[in-house]
Formats: sequence, C-alpha cells, structure tokens
Amino acid sequence: MIGPGIEITLTLNGESIRARVAQGDRLLDFLRYGRGLTGTKEGCGEGECGACTVLLDGVPVNSCLIPAWQARGRSVETVESVPEDELAALLESGATQCGACTPGVVMTAWWVRRNRDLVDAHALRELMAGNLCRCTGYDGIIEGLEAWLESAGADAGESEGGA
Amino acid sequence: MKRVEGLSKLTGRELYVDDLVVEGCLWGATVRSPVSRGRIRGIEFGDSVNWSEFTVVDHRDIPGSNSVFLIEEDQPVLAAARVRHRHEPILLLAHPSREALRRAVAAVEIDVEPEPPALDFRVDPLPEQIQYGDDNVLKRLRIEKGEVERALAEAPHVIEGVYETGAQEHVYLETQGMLAWDDEGVITVAGSMQCPYYIVDAFEHALGRPADTVRIIQAATGGGFGGKEEFPSGIALHAALLAMKADRPVKLVYDRSEDMEVSTKRHPSRVRHRTGVDRDGRLLVQDIEVVLDGGAYVTLSPVVLSRSIIHAAGPYACDHVRIDGRAMFTNSPPFGAFRGFGAPQSQFACERHMDRIASEIGIDPVEIRRINLIGDGDATATGQVIRDGADRIEVLERALEMSDFRQRSTAHAGFNRSEPTLRRGVGLATFFHGAGFTGAGEVFLDSEVHVAGLPDGRIEARTANVEMGQGTLTVFTQLVCDRLRVPPESVVIAPVDTARVPDSGPTVASRTVMVVGALLEKACDDLRQRVGIRPDTDGRSLLRAIRDWHEAHPGQDLIGRAKYRQPEHIEWDDETYRGDAYGAYAWGAYVADIEVDLRTFVVRVRDFVAVQEIGRVLHETLARGQIQGGVVQALGWTLLEECKWADGAMENAQLTNYIIPTTGDVPPIRVDFLEAPYPHGAGGAKGIGELPFDGVAPAVVNAVASALGVDPTFVPLTPERLMDLALHSPASGGGAP
Repeated sequence: MIGPGIEITLTLNGESIRARVAQGDRLLDFLRYGRGLTGTKEGCGEGECGACTVLLDGVPVNSCLIPAWQARGRSVETVESVPEDELAALLESGATQCGACTPGVVMTAWWVRRNRDLVDAHALRELMAGNLCRCTGYDGIIEGLEAWLESAGADAGESEGGA
Repeated sequence: MKRVEGLSKLTGRELYVDDLVVEGCLWGATVRSPVSRGRIRGIEFGDSVNWSEFTVVDHRDIPGSNSVFLIEEDQPVLAAARVRHRHEPILLLAHPSREALRRAVAAVEIDVEPEPPALDFRVDPLPEQIQYGDDNVLKRLRIEKGEVERALAEAPHVIEGVYETGAQEHVYLETQGMLAWDDEGVITVAGSMQCPYYIVDAFEHALGRPADTVRIIQAATGGGFGGKEEFPSGIALHAALLAMKADRPVKLVYDRSEDMEVSTKRHPSRVRHRTGVDRDGRLLVQDIEVVLDGGAYVTLSPVVLSRSIIHAAGPYACDHVRIDGRAMFTNSPPFGAFRGFGAPQSQFACERHMDRIASEIGIDPVEIRRINLIGDGDATATGQVIRDGADRIEVLERALEMSDFRQRSTAHAGFNRSEPTLRRGVGLATFFHGAGFTGAGEVFLDSEVHVAGLPDGRIEARTANVEMGQGTLTVFTQLVCDRLRVPPESVVIAPVDTARVPDSGPTVASRTVMVVGALLEKACDDLRQRVGIRPDTDGRSLLRAIRDWHEAHPGQDLIGRAKYRQPEHIEWDDETYRGDAYGAYAWGAYVADIEVDLRTFVVRVRDFVAVQEIGRVLHETLARGQIQGGVVQALGWTLLEECKWADGAMENAQLTNYIIPTTGDVPPIRVDFLEAPYPHGAGGAKGIGELPFDGVAPAVVNAVASALGVDPTFVPLTPERLMDLALHSPASGGGAP
C-alpha cells in the first residue's frame, strides 16, 4: 500500500460497502487481495485475455485495466454473485476445463444472458471474443451459452435482471 | 457424468495457488541474467533499496547439488559462475510487498562478461560457440530399417523437401506459481503442476533431504499442456529455498510476461525428407533427418527427440526407412514438453511432404495416403507390427465423407476461377500418436495406484495424476464407479499430495487414462478381493463389506493396490531403437477447409473435421473437448503464434503481441470417433490428449497450398510470411492451382 489510500463507497455484488483502496491498486487487486474474492483471475494483466472480467454497472470490463478507485459510486459484480443454478447449461456442455478462464467466461456469458437483445445484432462468437480459453477450443463455451439462452428463453415473461 | 469439479470452477470457488491465503506469507521474485551467455563478474545491490528488509538467496544457499534433477544434471537451480541463456535465474528475493520486490529486482545489477552465444540450431556452431560436447549436439538418435541407400538408388522417383516449425508458448491461462513453507521440518510446497513426484526427486537432489521430509501438494492447476511437466521443479525449489532462509511461507507466482519470457516452449524443428516412390505413389524408401532446438540445457530434449523421430515416418508402411535425429544446444531458455512432444513437428513435415510427392508425380493426395496407410500386420519404422483392429482406411473415409472433401475441392476450383480476391482450398492429413511413455519407459516409471476402502464405506482412489482441465477427476470417478458398480457419491479421488498418494507417474504423454486408469481398475479389483467380494456382486454389498472390514480391523488401512506390469506383447530394444515403441497408437484423419484473402493474406479456417480412432470413448463430452481444444491450440501454432527472438529469448512475451486464437478466429470443430478397444487401456481406451495436435498444421497448410498453388514448408504461416511466399514464389500467380 502506498500512502493512506482513497476511501470509496461502491456496490459490490449487491451490497453497499465502504473501502480504502491504494492509489496504484487495480480493481482486480482490490477484489482478490482486498476482499478475498479470488474467483476473479489474473490471466495477462493487460486486458487481452478476459480472465479478470467483472461487470461494472452491468457491463463487462477487464478488472486488470480499471484503477480500483474508479469503482467509486458504481456497481461491481463478480463471479461469486452468479446464482449457481444458472450455470447448469455451461456445466453440461463442457464449457470449463482447467477453469482459469472460466470466471471471466461466465461473467461475459452472464451479461449476454441478461441482455438478450445483444444476440439480435451480434453472433455469440463475436460477443465472447474477449475471453481467451486455451482448453476447450470454444465449442463447449458457445454451445453452453446457446443452451443457457434457450433455457432462459423458455421462461417467458421473466424479468431480466441487472444492467 | 458431469465434470466432478465443474461447478467449483464455474462459480470461481476452485482454489489455485495464487488464491491460497497464508498468514505471514512473503512474496518471492527472481533476478535473472540480462544476456544469453557469459561469465558472471559481479552482482551489485543498488543503494536505493534497504536490503535488510529482504531475504536474498543465491547458489551458496543450496544445501545439496546445484542442479534441477532430470535426465541430466546440467541445469543449475541458480546460476553460479556462468549464464547460458537470457533470464536464467541467479538470485531470489522475498519481501512482504510485491511493489517493494519489483523495485528491488530493478535495483540489482548483474555484471556479466558476454561470450559468443549459439543462437541458430540450424547452423553448425563456430568453435567459440561450442558449449556441449564437441559439437553442441545434446542427443543423437537413429532408426534404421531395410536398405535405404540401395532403395533410394533404385526408386523411380526421389522427392525431397525441408520443413520448419516454430516455437510455441503454452499459454496455460494460469501462470506458473508455487507456495512453500516449512511445516515442522517438512518442506512443503503447494502449486500448479503436472508431476508432483518430479518435484520430490528434485528436492531430494538439490536440497539434500530425504523424501519423507518433502511434501508436494498440487493446487488446482489452470492448464498445463506440458508446460507444467518439468518446468515447475525449478520454481518449487526457488520458493522452498526462500522459505527456508526466511523461515516464513513464500509465494512465487509469475506474471504473464515473466512466464512467457522464462518458461519452456515447443521445440523449433527442421525436418528434411528424401523419399523414393513408385509410379503409383507407393512409398519405397523414406530417408528423414529431424533436428530440434533444445535450448541451453538438456532437460527433456532427448525424449522429445525420441518421440519426434518415432512419429517422423507417419502412419505409413514402408520397407526401407532411416530417421536421423539430433537435438541441438543453443543459448535459449530450454525448450520443453508441449502437447505432442515432438510428434507434431515431425508429422507436419511428413504430411506436407506427402502432398508434395502427390503433386510432383501427379496423383491425388487422398490416393497416396490410401495406398500407403499401415494395414493390419504391417510394421512401423521401428518394426512394430500393427495388429490393433483399428481400420485406418475407415478413419480416412469418414473424414472425407464428413467434410465433403471431393465436392468441396471441385466447388473451390470454380470459386477460385471466378473470385478476384479470395482463394479457397481443402487439405488433408493422416497421422498417428503413440500413448504412454516410449519403449520401456513405463517399466522404469514403475507406477503404483491405490484404492482405499474408507471406514465410512466410501472408496478413495489415490494416484499422483493431476486434474489440469483434461478431466482426470471425472474419468477416474467414472472408472471406479463402473468397475465396482458403485454410485459416484461413494467415490472420492484423493487430493494429489505426496504425503497421501503413491507415485503413479507423471501426468503426461496421454498416459493418465490409458495407463494409470488401467491400474486404477486393477487396484479396484484388488480392493474387492481383499474384502472377499466377487466381481459380479452389486456395489452395495461391496460398500457394506468395506464397513464390516473396518469394524473387524479397527484402526487399520484397507487398500487395494496395483503396480504397472508391461503387457506381454510389448518388446523394445533401446539400443537399436527397434520394437514396440508404444503400447498403442491412436489414428486420425483431419480435413481443413480454408480461405485466403489475397489482399491481406489472412488464412481463415472455414471448417474443420477431426476424425480419430481412440480405442474407446469413455466420456463423450470430455473426449470431444480434448480434440476441439487440441485442434484450436494447434491452429494457433499453425497460423497465429510466432515467438520473436532477441538474443535467444522471447521478445513478444505478452498476449498483446503473441496472438492465440479467440472465438472469432476458429470455426466449430466437427469431431467424430471410431472405436477399436485396446485391451490394456482402461475401459479399452487409448490416449487422446496429444493426438489432435499432430494433424492440424499439415491439414491447414495443405489446404493453403491447394488454394494458392504455392508450397509452404513452414509454420506459423502468418499473413506476413504467406505474403512473402506467395509474391516471391515462382510457382505462384496467386491464382487457382
């Protein structure tokens, strides 16, 4: 920690919190080492791989590129906030192998799932292109997301959360 | 069965080494060589840092032998007097703050008197560049069958070619990392790894400690691909040395750039073919030379070379074969294990060469493969007679049918005539991959597996084979359930911890399911026998019998055991390189359909069909995932991933400019399996983890050759390199073939 840090308030996984963050801390460091939310992974540290993807005000960002203090007054959602029963389709399809890219993949997929109009204008392969995976070859991820969207679509009239 | 640890990974609960929180833990860092070769003259600790706050370790702190124990003992744990590659570790530092460590590493100046490095493995070294033996050859191997010179002299056509492949970085999404602490006299390490017992051996050797004062625990491992086979032993030693000196736990986790700069990569290769064929394209003689870049220490290069040459002649029958292999010393960080282990390099050359032969004598690329594929009773280059019930022609036919190979070839020819800026092509490769350790390797490993009956009636499988994404936990659970007819909830796979599990060998060489899984089945049988239960009895009686046994033998362990016994059909002579190189081979035929944009020379893969015979498919989703993931990783090696070198080390050590495939770069990978059960593999399975790597590069490059009428002899086939070739190749008008 350099100096006394900056005090911020933010909404973290739905809970309003007050925290002190170091000036040089990335949002990724704050989540992993400051809050113990180790589900969010560091894959490359320069915004290329997407392993550290979290939702900032409902939009996916690479938390390794966001200074922690920029979360001030905003909403941050991490993989720990995704309801377990939402993940059945990804489990079934083989969307995870080693698991290191998985939390980032889940967060981008969760954003797509909650903003289904995205798929009207974009292919799933385009929407998921910010998350590198070295194990699956991506078919397990894309098929899992397709099935997830389908199963969610079956609950007609359901109100979409987030965003 | 669903992936056992799948939900834990999807929810982010799975704990990797950097997720482990330890009270009072220090961070570790490494100070490295600034040059590729030289004599260390001095080390200066800059004034800007208060060094009394730091733990500092150098080679004098190593209690045992200063070498990372592997095939040879030439690689120091920490360089003492000389350095042999850039980024070679020299000093270790530990401190509670990562930021302070970064400043401290920058404040150390290593003064090295440079010496002339050997940087190109393809060029004979000058006298002043010799650093290993008298010619920088780390290892030579030869396979010889029949009379090569005579057959070459008599062959109606002799066709030559030289093929090259580049290095490749693994890019496991979790970087390398280890956490070490002294647990009341037991040096304990937890981290990302494939081979916990390699680390035990390395600790005995370098720390001079008996094995029972060393404990190695695998943390969740975020991908390996071979990159976490031998390399983690060094990091584990570094973390342990720091922890021992600091008397505090120490965590050493590389960031992505450090990981890419210092860790092993796929061996670069150059392969030369001289092949005699008759007028129909039948192979009469294959004369092959395989040269690999080994880097600055021996590490695993001799065995990578071995697998490379054994696969170099391809899945074909040929009476006269000579394969000369050598691995060269260069002043680069050592090249190491990477999925396929030398076979992708040599089969890229072989399969490109098959298309060149077909083109030169004017026959069809499908036909030349059909007439030369190993038939039942034919022998490989090492003289191994193949009688495994697999139908290699059927594998080929299935791939052709799934990909509409013929129709597409015709359609693409028409497309290429009418399109001004786009060219399409289809390409084929047939290939094979031997699973398990080569030759007598499995005998030397002497693997052991335990299956314990626990007092509460559950069954615990104990092996040293790790889950790193490939599905070990799930398949092992399934194998135990099937063998003992028990439900998954009564089966536990023990955490990989050398204090708890026997040495069942490394998690490499596509051996986990085929070899270790088969031992697991035998250990299940042994457990059942120990409690007096017959094989045809239902699982409930077994679970009851286990509980009863514990009531009758309170406090005792109930353990079913199995040790590796080589199947009787395997015979291998390591001196002559003759015999059964592998217990079993899996067979593949892959078809790539590509499009080249003549304005950018980007190769887009439109469709990819992967057909293989793998003994038995034990778990459809996992098996498909292995193939699809392997194909896409190999597409990266083929088209995108280029290591740029400066003074022997990787210059583009970041994911910004070392490009791996995204969802947008690859099509769905269409997979199909054929099955001819291997009687000695678990449930009839052969190894599949590495197989997909072998067939991708040649299928894609053959397709590019067909699209552009050029003859690329190398990967990666990046747009820049393809443009150079297409614009300067005499054969090319940029038009249809």
